[in-house]
Amino acid sequence: MDYFLELLIGGLTRGSIYALIALGYTMVYGIIELINFAHGEIYMLGAFTALIVASVLTLHGMTGLSVLILASVVAVLYAAAYGFTVEKIAYKPLRQAPRLSPLISAIGMSIFLQNYVLLAQTSDFLPFPNLLPALPFLDPYSRFIGPTEFVIVLTTALATVALSCFIKFTRLGRAMRATAQDRGMAMLLGVNVNAVISTTFIVGSALAAIGGILIATHVGRINFAIGFIAGIKAFTAAVLGGIGSIPGAVLGGLVLGWTESFATGYLSSDYEDVFAFCLLVLILILRPAGILGRSTVQKV
Amino acid sequence: MPLLELDNVATFYGSIQALKGISLSIAAGEIITLIGANGAGKSTTLMTICGIAPPRAGRILFRGAAIEAAEPHEIVRRGISQVPEGRRIFPHLTVTENLAMGAFLRKDSTEIARDREYLFSLFPILKERRHQPGGTLSGGEQQMLAISRALMARPALLLLDEPSLGLAPLVSRLIFRIIRQINEERRTTILLVEQNANLALRIAHRGYVLENGRITLEGNCAELLGNEEVKRAYLGM
Repeated sequence: MDYFLELLIGGLTRGSIYALIALGYTMVYGIIELINFAHGEIYMLGAFTALIVASVLTLHGMTGLSVLILASVVAVLYAAAYGFTVEKIAYKPLRQAPRLSPLISAIGMSIFLQNYVLLAQTSDFLPFPNLLPALPFLDPYSRFIGPTEFVIVLTTALATVALSCFIKFTRLGRAMRATAQDRGMAMLLGVNVNAVISTTFIVGSALAAIGGILIATHVGRINFAIGFIAGIKAFTAAVLGGIGSIPGAVLGGLVLGWTESFATGYLSSDYEDVFAFCLLVLILILRPAGILGRSTVQKV
Repeated sequence: MPLLELDNVATFYGSIQALKGISLSIAAGEIITLIGANGAGKSTTLMTICGIAPPRAGRILFRGAAIEAAEPHEIVRRGISQVPEGRRIFPHLTVTENLAMGAFLRKDSTEIARDREYLFSLFPILKERRHQPGGTLSGGEQQMLAISRALMARPALLLLDEPSLGLAPLVSRLIFRIIRQINEERRTTILLVEQNANLALRIAHRGYVLENGRITLEGNCAELLGNEEVKRAYLGM
C-alpha cells in the first residue's frame, strides 16, 4: 500500500508538470491551430532565468524563500516576453501561409533557442538550488510526499483554477474562446485578434516557466536540452486529453504522469517512455479527438 | 453628408478582381439593399467596408472620415457592425456570451444590460434560451441571435448579409419586420444584401444592382421593382 501511494504521488507530481506545460500547447493550438514546438524551450528558459537570478541574489546575501519568489517572478516575466516575441517573429508573419510553414518555423525556433542557451551558458548540467523551506506539517507523510512534490501539486492546482476562471469569466477570456471558435467573426465584432493571440502566448509561456522552475527545484539540475523531452511529453499530454481543451490538458497530464509512474514502478523502469507513447497510440486509436476533445464537426 | 460613401472601390482576392470600382452612398436612417446574382460581389462589398478585405484602390468615407485603411476592430469602434452570411454564431458560447461578444468594445455596463433587454423584447425566444450554447439553436434563432449580437455594439450602420438564407418563409418575414422596426425605433442605418430581391426591395428605401463587381443600376425601390431588367433577372417575372 505504501508503495502504491508513493507511485500515486510520484505520478501526480510528474503529471502536474506535464499539465502546466500542456496548457500552453493546448491554448495556442485552440487559437491558431499551431503546435508550438518552441514551447518546451520556453520552459527551459524559465528554469535558466530563475537559476541565474537566484545565483545573483544569493551572491548578494539573500537566502531562502524570498530568493525563490523573486527569481520566479523575474523568470515568469522573462519567459512571457520570450513567448510574446517568438510569436511575433516566427509565427505572425506566417499567419496566412499554409499550415506547414509555421510548424517548420516552430521547429526552427526550438532548435535556435536550445543552441542559443547552449552557447550562452554551457552544455553541462548545472545544479539548481532547492530554496523551498521545510514544511513541518508534511513530516508525518514524508515517506510519500516531500515539500517539492507538495508545492508542485498545489501550484498546478492553483494555476489551473486561475486560468479556468480567467477564460470563463473575464472579457479577455471570452474573447479568447470566441477567437478560437471563429477568428474572422471575432474580428467583425471588434476583437483585436493579434492582441488575443499575443495574450495566449504570454499566458502559456508564463505557465511553462512556472513548470520549469518547479521541476528544476525537484530534480536539482538543468541543462539546455531539458525542454525537448518535457515538451514532447507535455504535447503528448495535450493530445491525450484532447488538444484545444483546457481541462483535457490537465487530465492528459495526470493520466500520462500516472501511467509512467505505475508502469515504471510495477513493470520496468527501462521502458518509461515506451509506456507513455504506447498510451498515446492507444488513445489515438480509440478516441482520436482525445479524452475530452471535441470531434470537429464539418460545417456546411 | 452621407453616412457612408464608397468612391470607386476596387477589391482583389489575390489576382482576381472582385470589385471593379464600386461607388455608392448611404444617408443616415436609410435602408439600402444591394441585389445581384451569386458571385456579383455583394458579400465582398460588405467585407471591404468592414476592413476584412481592404480595397486596393478607391476611398471609403464613414461620417466623412476615410476608413479604407483602418483595422477591422477600429471600424467596429467607429460604428459599423456586420451580420455575416451564414450567421457565424460562436457555437460553444451561450446566447448571453454571444451577445456579450457583440458589446466587446463597450464599457457602459448598465447601457449594455438595457440593450440586451431591448433585444430580448424583440426576440423573446433568445431570452428563453439565454443559457444554451449558440450551436444548439435553430437556424432562425441563430439569425435572431446574429442580428442581436451585431446590435449590441450600438452601430450607426448595420450591414446584413443574406439574413433570409435557409430560413422558412414565416421566419424570414419576422426577421424582415424586425429589421424595419430597428431602423425605425433606433434610427439604425441598414445596408442589406439579399438574394430574395422581392423581399428586400419591399423593406428598403433605395437599392443598387451589382453585376460582376460593378454597379449597373440604382434607384428607389419602386423604380427598381418596375424595371423590366430587374423583374426578369431578380424577381423571376
